[in-house]
Amino acid sequence: MCGIVGLFAKTPEVEANLGAMLAPMLHEMGDRGPDSAGVAFYRDAVPAGHTKLTLQHDDPDFDWSALRKGLKEAYGADKGVGRRGNHAVVVAHTDANAAQGWVEEHHPDVKIMSAGEAIEIYKETGRPEAFIETFDITSLYGTHALGHTRMATESKVTTAGSHPFSTGLDLCIVHNGSLSNHASLRRMLQREGIRFQTLNDTEVAAGYMMWRLREGATLNETLEGCLEDLDGFYTFLIGTRDGFAVLRDPIACKPAVLAETDEWVAMASEYRSIATLPGAEKARTWEPAPATIYSWEKEKV
Amino acid sequence: MTTATDIEVIDLAVTSRRELNQRLHDAAKQGGPTYWRILNPKGAHALAVGIDGAFDIEIEGHTGYYTAGMNKLAHIRINGNAGVGVGENIMSGSIHITGNASQACAATGCGGLVVVDGDASSRCGISMKGVEIVVKGDVGHMSAFMAQSGVLVVCGDAGDSLGDSIYETHIYVRGTVEGLGADCVEKELKDFHRQELGRLLEAAGADAKVDEFKRYGSARRLYTFNIDNAGEY
Repeated sequence: MCGIVGLFAKTPEVEANLGAMLAPMLHEMGDRGPDSAGVAFYRDAVPAGHTKLTLQHDDPDFDWSALRKGLKEAYGADKGVGRRGNHAVVVAHTDANAAQGWVEEHHPDVKIMSAGEAIEIYKETGRPEAFIETFDITSLYGTHALGHTRMATESKVTTAGSHPFSTGLDLCIVHNGSLSNHASLRRMLQREGIRFQTLNDTEVAAGYMMWRLREGATLNETLEGCLEDLDGFYTFLIGTRDGFAVLRDPIACKPAVLAETDEWVAMASEYRSIATLPGAEKARTWEPAPATIYSWEKEKV
Repeated sequence: MTTATDIEVIDLAVTSRRELNQRLHDAAKQGGPTYWRILNPKGAHALAVGIDGAFDIEIEGHTGYYTAGMNKLAHIRINGNAGVGVGENIMSGSIHITGNASQACAATGCGGLVVVDGDASSRCGISMKGVEIVVKGDVGHMSAFMAQSGVLVVCGDAGDSLGDSIYETHIYVRGTVEGLGADCVEKELKDFHRQELGRLLEAAGADAKVDEFKRYGSARRLYTFNIDNAGEY
Protein backbone atom coordinates (compact mmCIF):
# COMPACT_ATOMS: atom_id res chain seq x y z
CA MET A 1 0.00 0.00 0.00
CA CYS A 2 1.19 3.50 -0.84
CA GLY A 3 -0.52 6.84 -1.23
CA ILE A 4 -0.43 9.09 -4.27
CA VAL A 5 -1.60 12.67 -4.61
CA GLY A 6 -1.41 15.18 -7.44
CA LEU A 7 -2.65 18.71 -7.97
CA PHE A 8 -2.77 20.72 -11.19
CA ALA A 9 -3.53 24.44 -10.94
CA LYS A 10 -5.93 26.11 -13.35
CA THR A 11 -5.79 29.56 -11.72
CA PRO A 12 -3.01 31.86 -10.41
CA GLU A 13 -4.54 31.59 -6.91
CA VAL A 14 -4.13 27.81 -6.85
CA GLU A 15 -0.60 28.14 -8.25
CA ALA A 16 0.29 30.50 -5.39
CA ASN A 17 -1.18 28.11 -2.80
CA LEU A 18 -0.14 24.83 -4.41
CA GLY A 19 2.04 23.63 -1.51
CA ALA A 20 -0.50 24.69 1.11
CA MET A 21 -3.15 22.70 -0.79
CA LEU A 22 -1.01 19.65 -1.53
CA ALA A 23 0.35 19.25 2.02
CA PRO A 24 -3.01 18.28 3.62
CA MET A 25 -3.62 15.85 0.73
CA LEU A 26 -0.25 14.21 1.41
CA HIS A 27 -0.85 14.23 5.16
CA GLU A 28 -4.16 12.42 4.64
CA MET A 29 -2.29 9.62 2.82
CA GLY A 30 0.11 9.24 5.77
CA ASP A 31 -1.40 5.97 6.95
CA ARG A 32 -1.21 4.47 3.45
CA GLY A 33 2.53 5.14 3.51
CA PRO A 34 4.30 5.88 6.78
CA ASP A 35 7.83 4.85 5.64
CA SER A 36 8.80 7.81 3.50
CA ALA A 37 7.34 10.71 1.57
CA GLY A 38 8.21 12.86 -1.39
CA VAL A 39 6.96 15.51 -3.76
CA ALA A 40 7.73 16.94 -7.16
CA PHE A 41 6.89 20.59 -7.78
CA TYR A 42 7.00 22.32 -11.14
CA ARG A 43 7.84 26.00 -10.66
CA ASP A 44 10.12 28.88 -11.51
CA ALA A 45 11.16 27.59 -14.94
CA VAL A 46 14.70 28.66 -15.73
CA PRO A 47 15.58 30.52 -18.95
CA ALA A 48 16.76 28.66 -22.02
CA GLY A 49 20.34 27.48 -21.75
CA HIS A 50 20.05 26.94 -18.00
CA THR A 51 19.47 23.77 -16.00
CA LYS A 52 17.82 23.42 -12.63
CA LEU A 53 19.01 20.56 -10.43
CA THR A 54 17.61 19.30 -7.14
CA LEU A 55 20.47 17.80 -5.15
CA GLN A 56 20.58 15.82 -1.94
CA HIS A 57 23.28 15.05 0.61
CA ASP A 58 22.90 12.81 3.65
CA ASP A 59 24.73 15.38 5.80
CA PRO A 60 22.22 18.11 6.71
CA ASP A 61 25.12 20.54 7.21
CA PHE A 62 26.63 19.90 3.80
CA ASP A 63 28.28 23.04 2.36
CA TRP A 64 26.00 23.81 -0.58
CA SER A 65 27.53 27.25 -1.13
CA ALA A 66 30.87 25.65 -1.98
CA LEU A 67 29.16 23.45 -4.57
CA ARG A 68 27.35 26.47 -5.97
CA LYS A 69 30.62 28.41 -6.18
CA GLY A 70 32.25 25.62 -8.13
CA LEU A 71 29.31 25.39 -10.51
CA LYS A 72 29.39 29.13 -11.01
CA GLU A 73 33.12 29.11 -11.74
CA ALA A 74 32.61 26.34 -14.28
CA TYR A 75 29.56 27.74 -16.07
CA GLY A 76 28.99 31.37 -15.09
CA ALA A 77 25.93 32.92 -13.52
CA ASP A 78 23.51 30.96 -11.37
CA LYS A 79 20.44 31.70 -9.32
CA GLY A 80 21.73 30.86 -5.89
CA VAL A 81 20.92 27.92 -3.69
CA GLY A 82 17.40 27.11 -2.50
CA ARG A 83 17.75 24.84 0.51
CA ARG A 84 14.99 22.62 1.86
CA GLY A 85 15.92 20.02 4.47
CA ASN A 86 18.95 18.15 3.15
CA HIS A 87 18.07 19.05 -0.44
CA ALA A 88 19.16 22.07 -2.43
CA VAL A 89 18.11 23.53 -5.76
CA VAL A 90 20.87 24.98 -7.93
CA VAL A 91 20.69 26.54 -11.37
CA ALA A 92 23.62 26.16 -13.75
CA HIS A 93 24.12 28.16 -16.92
CA THR A 94 24.65 25.10 -19.07
CA ASP A 95 22.79 22.10 -20.44
CA ALA A 96 21.52 19.25 -18.29
CA ASN A 97 24.19 16.74 -19.30
CA ALA A 98 27.02 19.11 -18.44
CA ALA A 99 25.43 20.23 -15.17
CA GLN A 100 24.77 16.66 -14.00
CA GLY A 101 28.19 15.51 -15.18
CA TRP A 102 29.86 18.29 -13.25
CA VAL A 103 28.05 17.34 -10.01
CA GLU A 104 28.85 13.65 -10.46
CA GLU A 105 32.51 14.41 -11.10
CA HIS A 106 33.10 17.00 -8.38
CA HIS A 107 30.66 15.83 -5.73
CA PRO A 108 30.18 12.07 -6.09
CA ASP A 109 28.53 11.91 -2.67
CA VAL A 110 25.77 14.29 -3.77
CA LYS A 111 22.66 12.62 -5.24
CA ILE A 112 20.83 14.22 -8.14
CA MET A 113 17.10 14.05 -7.44
CA SER A 114 15.90 15.84 -10.55
CA ALA A 115 17.09 17.82 -13.55
CA GLY A 116 15.23 20.05 -15.97
CA GLU A 117 13.83 23.52 -16.36
CA ALA A 118 11.01 23.53 -13.81
CA ILE A 119 11.04 20.31 -11.79
CA GLU A 120 12.10 20.11 -8.13
CA ILE A 121 11.98 16.78 -6.30
CA TYR A 122 12.15 16.48 -2.52
CA LYS A 123 11.94 13.12 -0.76
CA GLU A 124 12.97 11.60 2.53
CA THR A 125 12.36 8.63 4.82
CA GLY A 126 10.07 9.00 7.82
CA ARG A 127 6.49 10.01 8.47
CA PRO A 128 4.88 12.24 5.85
CA GLU A 129 3.86 14.85 8.46
CA ALA A 130 7.51 15.22 9.50
CA PHE A 131 8.53 15.48 5.86
CA ILE A 132 5.97 18.24 5.24
CA GLU A 133 7.43 20.21 8.14
CA THR A 134 11.13 19.59 7.45
CA PHE A 135 10.83 20.55 3.81
CA ASP A 136 8.35 23.38 4.43
CA ILE A 137 6.08 21.99 1.71
CA THR A 138 3.26 24.45 2.47
CA SER A 139 5.43 27.36 1.32
CA LEU A 140 5.97 25.92 -2.16
CA TYR A 141 4.08 27.38 -5.09
CA GLY A 142 4.00 26.03 -8.62
CA THR A 143 1.94 25.09 -11.65
CA HIS A 144 1.44 21.45 -10.63
CA ALA A 145 2.77 18.99 -8.10
CA LEU A 146 2.86 15.26 -7.31
CA GLY A 147 3.26 13.59 -3.95
CA HIS A 148 3.78 10.10 -2.59
CA THR A 149 3.68 8.33 0.76
CA ARG A 150 5.44 4.98 0.76
CA MET A 151 4.76 1.69 2.47
CA ALA A 152 7.77 -0.27 1.30
CA THR A 153 7.26 -3.76 -0.13
CA GLU A 154 9.93 -4.33 -2.75
CA SER A 155 13.10 -2.75 -1.41
CA LYS A 156 14.81 -0.88 1.42
CA VAL A 157 13.44 2.27 3.02
CA THR A 158 16.01 4.84 1.92
CA THR A 159 15.92 8.35 0.47
CA ALA A 160 16.90 6.98 -2.94
CA GLY A 161 14.16 4.36 -2.71
CA SER A 162 11.50 6.99 -2.00
CA HIS A 163 9.23 8.45 -4.65
CA PRO A 164 9.04 10.45 -6.91
CA PHE A 165 11.60 8.90 -9.24
CA SER A 166 13.06 11.07 -11.96
CA THR A 167 12.53 9.61 -15.42
CA GLY A 168 14.37 12.25 -17.41
CA LEU A 169 14.46 16.00 -17.78
CA ASP A 170 11.39 17.52 -16.08
CA LEU A 171 9.84 14.05 -15.84
CA CYS A 172 9.04 11.96 -12.80
CA ILE A 173 6.80 9.15 -11.62
CA VAL A 174 5.08 8.09 -8.41
CA HIS A 175 3.71 4.57 -8.08
CA ASN A 176 1.28 2.60 -5.97
CA GLY A 177 1.58 -1.12 -6.54
CA SER A 178 4.32 -3.63 -7.22
CA LEU A 179 5.94 -4.84 -10.41
CA SER A 180 6.71 -8.53 -10.79
CA ASN A 181 9.05 -8.44 -13.79
CA HIS A 182 11.34 -5.68 -12.53
CA ALA A 183 14.43 -7.90 -12.21
CA SER A 184 14.44 -9.02 -15.84
CA LEU A 185 13.44 -5.57 -17.04
CA ARG A 186 16.26 -4.00 -15.00
CA ARG A 187 18.82 -6.32 -16.63
CA MET A 188 17.49 -5.43 -20.08
CA LEU A 189 17.62 -1.71 -19.32
CA GLN A 190 21.12 -1.96 -17.86
CA ARG A 191 22.24 -3.46 -21.15
CA GLU A 192 20.73 -0.37 -22.79
CA GLY A 193 22.85 1.85 -20.57
CA ILE A 194 20.21 2.90 -18.02
CA ARG A 195 21.73 3.21 -14.54
CA PHE A 196 19.95 2.32 -11.29
CA GLN A 197 20.63 3.49 -7.73
CA THR A 198 18.44 0.97 -5.89
CA LEU A 199 16.75 -2.45 -6.16
CA ASN A 200 13.39 -0.70 -6.20
CA ASP A 201 10.73 -1.84 -8.69
CA THR A 202 9.44 1.68 -9.35
CA GLU A 203 12.92 2.82 -10.29
CA VAL A 204 12.74 0.17 -13.03
CA ALA A 205 9.47 1.66 -14.29
CA ALA A 206 11.16 5.06 -14.23
CA GLY A 207 14.17 3.62 -16.08
CA TYR A 208 11.86 1.99 -18.61
CA MET A 209 10.18 5.33 -19.34
CA MET A 210 13.56 7.07 -19.52
CA TRP A 211 14.69 4.48 -22.07
CA ARG A 212 11.54 4.70 -24.22
CA LEU A 213 11.64 8.50 -24.25
CA ARG A 214 15.36 8.43 -25.07
CA GLU A 215 14.59 6.14 -28.01
CA GLY A 216 12.21 8.76 -29.37
CA ALA A 217 8.81 7.60 -28.10
CA THR A 218 6.25 10.24 -27.15
CA LEU A 219 4.91 10.27 -23.60
CA ASN A 220 1.71 8.58 -24.77
CA GLU A 221 3.65 5.89 -26.63
CA THR A 222 5.78 5.39 -23.54
CA LEU A 223 2.74 4.90 -21.34
CA GLU A 224 1.18 2.52 -23.87
CA GLY A 225 4.50 0.67 -23.74
CA CYS A 226 4.11 0.35 -19.96
CA LEU A 227 0.83 -1.51 -20.52
CA GLU A 228 2.66 -3.97 -22.78
CA ASP A 229 5.96 -4.41 -20.95
CA LEU A 230 5.32 -3.92 -17.24
CA ASP A 231 3.90 -6.90 -15.39
CA GLY A 232 2.29 -6.25 -12.04
CA PHE A 233 0.03 -3.81 -10.28
CA TYR A 234 0.29 -0.12 -10.68
CA THR A 235 -1.39 3.19 -10.46
CA PHE A 236 1.11 5.68 -11.88
CA LEU A 237 1.04 9.44 -11.68
CA ILE A 238 3.54 10.88 -14.16
CA GLY A 239 4.74 14.46 -13.91
CA THR A 240 5.79 16.35 -17.04
CA ARG A 241 7.05 19.88 -17.64
CA ASP A 242 3.53 21.08 -18.45
CA GLY A 243 1.20 18.76 -16.60
CA PHE A 244 0.58 15.26 -15.34
CA ALA A 245 -0.81 11.93 -16.52
CA VAL A 246 -2.51 9.02 -14.73
CA LEU A 247 -2.29 5.38 -15.75
CA ARG A 248 -3.64 2.23 -14.07
CA ASP A 249 -2.79 -1.33 -15.02
CA PRO A 250 -5.47 -3.37 -16.88
CA ILE A 251 -6.65 -5.11 -13.70
CA ALA A 252 -6.71 -1.87 -11.69
CA CYS A 253 -6.43 -3.29 -8.18
CA LYS A 254 -4.71 -0.18 -6.91
CA PRO A 255 -7.05 2.68 -6.18
CA ALA A 256 -7.26 6.06 -7.89
CA VAL A 257 -9.72 8.94 -7.80
CA LEU A 258 -9.76 11.98 -10.05
CA ALA A 259 -11.61 15.23 -9.43
CA GLU A 260 -11.85 18.43 -11.42
CA THR A 261 -13.22 21.92 -10.83
CA ASP A 262 -12.73 25.22 -12.69
CA GLU A 263 -9.81 25.89 -10.31
CA TRP A 264 -7.90 22.60 -10.19
CA VAL A 265 -7.52 18.97 -11.20
CA ALA A 266 -6.68 16.58 -8.38
CA MET A 267 -5.66 12.93 -8.30
CA ALA A 268 -5.39 10.80 -5.18
CA SER A 269 -5.37 7.20 -4.05
CA GLU A 270 -8.43 7.94 -1.96
CA TYR A 271 -11.12 10.59 -1.99
CA ARG A 272 -10.32 11.70 1.56
CA SER A 273 -7.22 13.47 0.24
CA ILE A 274 -9.29 15.34 -2.33
CA ALA A 275 -11.85 16.17 0.38
CA THR A 276 -9.26 18.50 1.95
CA LEU A 277 -9.39 20.80 -1.11
CA PRO A 278 -11.65 23.85 -1.29
CA GLY A 279 -14.61 23.09 -3.56
CA ALA A 280 -14.09 19.30 -3.38
CA GLU A 281 -17.74 18.57 -2.65
CA LYS A 282 -18.84 20.21 -5.88
CA ALA A 283 -16.01 18.77 -7.99
CA ARG A 284 -16.67 16.33 -10.82
CA THR A 285 -15.28 13.19 -9.24
CA TRP A 286 -14.63 9.86 -10.95
CA GLU A 287 -12.51 6.75 -10.95
CA PRO A 288 -10.06 6.46 -13.84
CA ALA A 289 -10.71 3.37 -15.98
CA PRO A 290 -8.06 0.65 -16.23
CA ALA A 291 -5.43 0.76 -18.99
CA THR A 292 -6.48 4.27 -19.96
CA ILE A 293 -4.25 7.33 -20.09
CA TYR A 294 -5.60 10.51 -18.54
CA SER A 295 -3.55 13.67 -18.91
CA TRP A 296 -3.70 17.39 -18.30
CA GLU A 297 -1.39 20.00 -19.75
CA LYS A 298 -0.91 23.65 -19.11
CA GLU A 299 -1.92 25.61 -22.19
CA LYS A 300 1.21 27.02 -23.73
CA VAL A 301 0.97 30.81 -23.86
CA MET B 1 -43.66 7.52 12.58
CA THR B 2 -40.49 9.48 13.08
CA THR B 3 -40.70 12.53 15.28
CA ALA B 4 -38.13 15.29 15.70
CA THR B 5 -36.82 13.77 18.92
CA ASP B 6 -36.04 10.54 17.11
CA ILE B 7 -33.50 12.21 14.84
CA GLU B 8 -29.87 11.94 15.77
CA VAL B 9 -27.50 14.21 13.84
CA ILE B 10 -23.83 13.31 14.02
CA ASP B 11 -21.28 15.72 12.58
CA LEU B 12 -18.03 13.92 11.86
CA ALA B 13 -16.23 17.26 11.95
CA VAL B 14 -16.65 17.04 15.75
CA THR B 15 -17.52 13.40 16.51
CA SER B 16 -15.10 10.55 15.82
CA ARG B 17 -15.99 7.71 13.50
CA ARG B 18 -15.44 5.22 16.34
CA GLU B 19 -17.96 7.06 18.49
CA LEU B 20 -20.45 7.14 15.62
CA ASN B 21 -20.22 3.39 15.09
CA GLN B 22 -20.35 2.68 18.82
CA ARG B 23 -23.47 4.79 19.25
CA LEU B 24 -25.15 2.97 16.36
CA HIS B 25 -24.22 -0.37 17.87
CA ASP B 26 -25.42 0.69 21.33
CA ALA B 27 -28.70 1.99 19.91
CA ALA B 28 -29.26 -1.36 18.19
CA LYS B 29 -28.86 -3.19 21.51
CA GLN B 30 -30.41 -0.76 23.95
CA GLY B 31 -32.84 1.19 21.78
CA GLY B 32 -32.49 4.77 20.67
CA PRO B 33 -33.18 7.08 17.75
CA THR B 34 -34.37 5.43 14.58
CA TYR B 35 -33.37 8.16 12.18
CA TRP B 36 -29.71 9.19 11.90
CA ARG B 37 -28.10 11.88 9.81
CA ILE B 38 -24.33 11.85 9.39
CA LEU B 39 -22.61 15.02 8.26
CA ASN B 40 -19.11 15.73 6.88
CA PRO B 41 -17.99 12.19 5.98
CA LYS B 42 -15.20 13.64 3.78
CA GLY B 43 -14.20 10.27 2.41
CA ALA B 44 -13.71 8.62 5.82
CA HIS B 45 -13.55 4.82 5.90
CA ALA B 46 -15.78 2.32 7.71
CA LEU B 47 -18.72 4.61 8.42
CA ALA B 48 -21.89 2.99 9.79
CA VAL B 49 -20.45 -0.52 9.71
CA GLY B 50 -21.72 -3.62 11.49
CA ILE B 51 -25.16 -2.18 12.22
CA ASP B 52 -27.75 -4.60 13.53
CA GLY B 53 -30.87 -2.46 13.86
CA ALA B 54 -33.73 -1.16 11.73
CA PHE B 55 -32.45 2.41 11.45
CA ASP B 56 -32.83 4.92 8.67
CA ILE B 57 -29.42 6.47 8.14
CA GLU B 58 -28.54 9.25 5.77
CA ILE B 59 -24.90 10.15 5.06
CA GLU B 60 -24.47 13.60 3.55
CA GLY B 61 -21.43 13.50 1.27
CA HIS B 62 -18.79 11.21 -0.25
CA THR B 63 -17.59 8.27 1.84
CA GLY B 64 -14.41 6.17 1.95
CA TYR B 65 -13.89 2.41 2.08
CA TYR B 66 -16.33 -0.21 3.42
CA THR B 67 -19.23 2.15 4.14
CA ALA B 68 -22.15 0.29 5.72
CA GLY B 69 -20.27 -2.99 5.64
CA MET B 70 -21.95 -6.03 7.19
CA ASN B 71 -25.22 -4.11 7.40
CA LYS B 72 -28.22 -5.85 8.96
CA LEU B 73 -31.73 -4.39 8.86
CA ALA B 74 -30.75 -0.72 8.49
CA HIS B 75 -31.67 1.40 5.47
CA ILE B 76 -28.69 3.56 4.61
CA ARG B 77 -28.57 6.29 2.01
CA ILE B 78 -25.30 7.88 0.92
CA ASN B 79 -25.89 11.23 -0.75
CA GLY B 80 -22.67 11.16 -2.71
CA ASN B 81 -20.08 8.71 -4.00
CA ALA B 82 -18.91 5.70 -2.02
CA GLY B 83 -15.37 4.29 -1.90
CA VAL B 84 -14.10 0.73 -2.25
CA GLY B 85 -16.23 -2.07 -0.81
CA VAL B 86 -19.41 -0.19 0.02
CA GLY B 87 -21.91 -2.60 1.61
CA GLU B 88 -19.40 -5.45 1.73
CA ASN B 89 -21.01 -8.53 3.23
CA ILE B 90 -24.39 -6.85 3.62
CA MET B 91 -26.81 -9.26 5.33
CA SER B 92 -30.15 -7.44 4.99
CA GLY B 93 -31.69 -3.97 4.84
CA SER B 94 -30.68 -1.62 2.04
CA ILE B 95 -27.95 0.76 0.90
CA HIS B 96 -28.66 3.48 -1.63
CA ILE B 97 -25.74 5.38 -3.17
CA THR B 98 -26.88 8.45 -5.06
CA GLY B 99 -23.54 8.93 -6.81
CA ASN B 100 -20.98 6.40 -8.04
CA ALA B 101 -19.61 3.39 -6.18
CA SER B 102 -15.95 2.40 -6.35
CA GLN B 103 -14.56 -1.13 -6.70
CA ALA B 104 -16.05 -4.23 -5.09
CA CYS B 105 -19.46 -2.73 -4.37
CA ALA B 106 -21.50 -5.15 -2.18
CA ALA B 107 -18.68 -7.70 -2.25
CA THR B 108 -19.68 -11.05 -0.67
CA GLY B 109 -23.12 -9.59 0.17
CA CYS B 110 -25.46 -12.21 1.61
CA GLY B 111 -28.80 -10.39 1.45
CA GLY B 112 -30.53 -7.03 1.29
CA LEU B 113 -30.62 -4.51 -1.56
CA VAL B 114 -27.86 -2.21 -2.82
CA VAL B 115 -28.81 0.52 -5.30
CA VAL B 116 -26.26 2.69 -7.12
CA ASP B 117 -27.76 5.64 -9.00
CA GLY B 118 -24.50 6.27 -10.90
CA ASP B 119 -21.83 3.83 -12.03
CA ALA B 120 -20.12 1.09 -10.06
CA SER B 121 -16.53 0.37 -11.01
CA SER B 122 -14.71 -2.95 -11.26
CA ARG B 123 -15.64 -6.12 -9.38
CA CYS B 124 -19.13 -4.99 -8.46
CA GLY B 125 -20.80 -7.88 -6.60
CA ILE B 126 -17.62 -9.96 -6.42
CA SER B 127 -18.38 -13.24 -4.67
CA MET B 128 -21.94 -12.11 -3.95
CA LYS B 129 -23.93 -14.64 -1.95
CA GLY B 130 -27.54 -13.50 -2.11
CA VAL B 131 -27.50 -9.71 -2.16
CA GLU B 132 -29.58 -7.93 -4.81
CA ILE B 133 -27.73 -5.11 -6.58
CA VAL B 134 -29.20 -2.56 -8.98
CA VAL B 135 -26.75 -0.25 -10.75
CA LYS B 136 -28.49 2.43 -12.81
CA GLY B 137 -25.31 3.27 -14.71
CA ASP B 138 -22.44 1.04 -15.85
CA VAL B 139 -20.37 -1.56 -14.01
CA GLY B 140 -16.63 -2.07 -14.47
CA HIS B 141 -14.65 -5.17 -15.38
CA MET B 142 -14.91 -8.47 -13.51
CA SER B 143 -18.28 -7.66 -12.00
CA ALA B 144 -20.08 -10.61 -10.38
CA PHE B 145 -16.78 -12.52 -10.33
CA MET B 146 -17.42 -15.87 -8.60
CA ALA B 147 -20.95 -14.73 -7.84
CA GLN B 148 -22.79 -17.48 -5.96
CA SER B 149 -26.38 -16.32 -5.61
CA GLY B 150 -28.47 -13.16 -5.65
CA VAL B 151 -29.14 -10.72 -8.49
CA LEU B 152 -27.09 -8.09 -10.30
CA VAL B 153 -29.04 -5.63 -12.45
CA VAL B 154 -27.07 -3.26 -14.69
CA CYS B 155 -29.10 -0.59 -16.45
CA GLY B 156 -26.08 0.64 -18.41
CA ASP B 157 -23.13 -1.30 -19.84
CA ALA B 158 -20.95 -3.97 -18.25
CA GLY B 159 -17.16 -4.12 -18.51
CA ASP B 160 -14.99 -7.06 -19.51
CA SER B 161 -15.18 -10.55 -17.94
CA LEU B 162 -18.70 -10.19 -16.58
CA GLY B 163 -19.69 -13.08 -14.30
CA ASP B 164 -16.36 -14.88 -14.53
CA SER B 165 -16.52 -18.26 -12.73
CA ILE B 166 -20.13 -17.58 -11.80
CA TYR B 167 -22.26 -20.02 -9.79
CA GLU B 168 -25.99 -19.29 -9.56
CA THR B 169 -26.41 -15.51 -9.60
CA HIS B 170 -28.86 -13.92 -12.06
CA ILE B 171 -27.31 -11.07 -14.03
CA TYR B 172 -29.43 -8.66 -16.07
CA VAL B 173 -27.78 -6.07 -18.34
CA ARG B 174 -29.63 -3.49 -20.42
CA GLY B 175 -26.66 -2.13 -22.38
CA THR B 176 -23.66 -3.78 -23.95
CA VAL B 177 -21.37 -6.32 -22.33
CA GLU B 178 -17.73 -5.83 -23.21
CA GLY B 179 -17.03 -9.49 -22.60
CA LEU B 180 -18.34 -12.48 -20.65
CA GLY B 181 -16.07 -14.27 -18.18
CA ALA B 182 -15.40 -18.00 -18.02
CA ASP B 183 -18.59 -20.06 -17.81
CA CYS B 184 -20.90 -17.03 -18.03
CA VAL B 185 -23.41 -17.18 -20.89
CA GLU B 186 -26.51 -15.39 -22.11
CA LYS B 187 -29.67 -17.15 -20.97
CA GLU B 188 -33.36 -17.01 -21.67
CA LEU B 189 -35.43 -14.37 -19.87
CA LYS B 190 -38.27 -16.49 -18.48
CA ASP B 191 -41.39 -15.30 -16.65
CA PHE B 192 -39.76 -15.87 -13.30
CA HIS B 193 -36.88 -13.62 -14.34
CA ARG B 194 -39.19 -10.94 -15.72
CA GLN B 195 -40.96 -10.80 -12.38
CA GLU B 196 -37.72 -10.72 -10.44
CA LEU B 197 -36.25 -7.97 -12.65
CA GLY B 198 -39.47 -5.95 -12.62
CA ARG B 199 -39.60 -6.12 -8.81
CA LEU B 200 -36.00 -4.90 -8.50
CA LEU B 201 -36.34 -2.10 -11.07
CA GLU B 202 -39.36 -0.87 -9.16
CA ALA B 203 -37.67 -1.18 -5.78
CA ALA B 204 -34.70 0.79 -7.08
CA GLY B 205 -36.80 3.40 -8.85
CA ALA B 206 -34.97 2.63 -12.06
CA ASP B 207 -36.36 4.08 -15.27
CA ALA B 208 -36.00 0.99 -17.42
CA LYS B 209 -38.21 -1.67 -18.94
CA VAL B 210 -37.84 -5.39 -18.33
CA ASP B 211 -37.80 -6.22 -22.04
CA GLU B 212 -34.76 -4.04 -22.63
CA PHE B 213 -32.56 -6.41 -20.62
CA LYS B 214 -30.69 -9.57 -21.43
CA ARG B 215 -30.04 -12.22 -18.81
CA TYR B 216 -26.68 -13.85 -18.14
CA GLY B 217 -25.86 -16.74 -15.88
CA SER B 218 -23.79 -19.83 -15.33
CA ALA B 219 -23.28 -22.43 -18.07
CA ARG B 220 -22.55 -24.79 -15.14
CA ARG B 221 -19.61 -26.34 -16.94
CA LEU B 222 -17.00 -25.07 -14.53
CA TYR B 223 -18.22 -25.83 -11.04
CA THR B 224 -20.29 -28.97 -11.40
CA PHE B 225 -18.78 -32.41 -11.26
CA ASN B 226 -18.37 -34.00 -14.65
CA ILE B 227 -19.32 -37.69 -14.54
CA ASP B 228 -16.81 -38.39 -17.30
CA ASN B 229 -14.10 -37.68 -14.74
CA ALA B 230 -15.35 -40.28 -12.23
CA GLY B 231 -12.59 -42.63 -13.30
CA GLU B 232 -9.97 -40.20 -12.02
CA TYR B 233 -10.85 -41.12 -8.41
